[in-house]
Amino acid sequence: MNDVIAEIKRDYIYELAKRSERADGRALDEYRPIQVEVGLIGKAEGSARVKIGNTQVLVGVKVQPGEPFPDSPDTGVIITNVELVPLASPSFEPGPPDENAIELARVVDRGVRESGAIDLSELTLPDGKVWIIFIDVHVLDHDGNLMDAAALGALAALVHATKPCERYGYGPDAPLPIKESPIAVTAVDLDGEIMLDPSLDEETIASSKLTVISGLQGALAGMQKSGTGTLSVEEIARIVKLASSKAMQIRDDLFGGSTDG
Amino acid sequence: MEFMKNGKRIDDRLPKELRPIKFEVGALQRADGSCYVEHGGNKIMAAVYGPRAVHPRHLQQANRAIIRYRYNMASFSVEERRRPGPDRRSIEISKVSREAIDPVIIKEFYPRSTIDIFVEILQADAGTRSAGINAASVALADAGVPMRGLISSCAVGKVDDTVVLDLVKEEDNYGQADMPIAMDVRTGEVTLLQMDGHLTLDEFEQALELGKIGCASIADMQREALIQKYRGEEDE
Repeated sequence: MNDVIAEIKRDYIYELAKRSERADGRALDEYRPIQVEVGLIGKAEGSARVKIGNTQVLVGVKVQPGEPFPDSPDTGVIITNVELVPLASPSFEPGPPDENAIELARVVDRGVRESGAIDLSELTLPDGKVWIIFIDVHVLDHDGNLMDAAALGALAALVHATKPCERYGYGPDAPLPIKESPIAVTAVDLDGEIMLDPSLDEETIASSKLTVISGLQGALAGMQKSGTGTLSVEEIARIVKLASSKAMQIRDDLFGGSTDG
Repeated sequence: MEFMKNGKRIDDRLPKELRPIKFEVGALQRADGSCYVEHGGNKIMAAVYGPRAVHPRHLQQANRAIIRYRYNMASFSVEERRRPGPDRRSIEISKVSREAIDPVIIKEFYPRSTIDIFVEILQADAGTRSAGINAASVALADAGVPMRGLISSCAVGKVDDTVVLDLVKEEDNYGQADMPIAMDVRTGEVTLLQMDGHLTLDEFEQALELGKIGCASIADMQREALIQKYRGEEDE
């Protein structure tokens, strides 16, 4: 996030952008290969490892009974955290979450929450408790576009997660009530060229990026501009349209169009 | 909850109407620049210190000033008392607000220094980050910090399937979408954009357009408030 980049590389990437090309040969709207594996962590109720190119995140979902918030006794609770662990990048340092980790976690959280991905009203328990869902994103390798990888990992882990009813004496285990499939698509603007899934170099050069989270019907569930650059209203409108249709394609490729794949 | 009745909102406003807004430039004595804003039920004080020496010194940049922005809510600013100090929400808001203001500040004029922006939310009623950015922008101008433009911000949202400008608390809490936006109205550059809730692509385009109009009205008020203060000084 404070990665440095050589001037010559910066110029090279800009020159390519002028010709609608990218350093790794991708088309402007093309993602690096996306790989999703689920269920790697037996101790977690749900887990997923997502690779977008060389970027790699591991998401663990823990589900535990607990007290609801006093102002919403009939809804479950989602708690999202992101750890930018120092093994993932020379620019990450040990310590409590910095503003980048907090922003990442809150955007992932809003995507899940605001899209209605989980029906929180179905998470109540007979004894007045509710299920608390902890979504913990562990970033393992930072090669750009952590936002999309984290959001995808969270979704994949949730889709495959179970409520551990048996362990706590609430009957047989059951899947989580998944109702939506929010997909995050991040874009950067380099010299008027919009690129999806920015690599580390591209996102370091671009002074700002825009993440657009959309659901099954293509409607928007969340958005976040990040960075000190600016975007015009027209650029934003273009990115949003592009991101919404790209999300559909990613969802079809990975989940076959449904949330229970 | 019913939000729209006969085309009016719960506080009797039209869908595209802002709440009453009042800027007071130079409200504080010690700060280099300051601005107090009342925006509907929001009461917010912004202060600017600097350009001044950076502490801790390792943060300083050899070729430009750094910008720091602290958004902080008073413990009494909301219904249920907040624990004092930064929580995850205020850390995120501080980050995006700093990024909203940063692009217009001419940082190259002040190497090895910092410009510190403090925004205190004294009373909160939805749209605090936007109102804070508006006040901070005016406070920067009051401090004489060289800028390429003024940043203006407002929220757009959706209640009862209607796209509306400048949400109040109930609309924010129980409405369908909330989208804060900040821009330099003069150039049309958007510097902050966030969204949560549910918007179709059509509604999003409406919202973006409405946000632009809202920011433009606010920019006029900011400019007017600054002119009011400094015209007076010229006469003396």
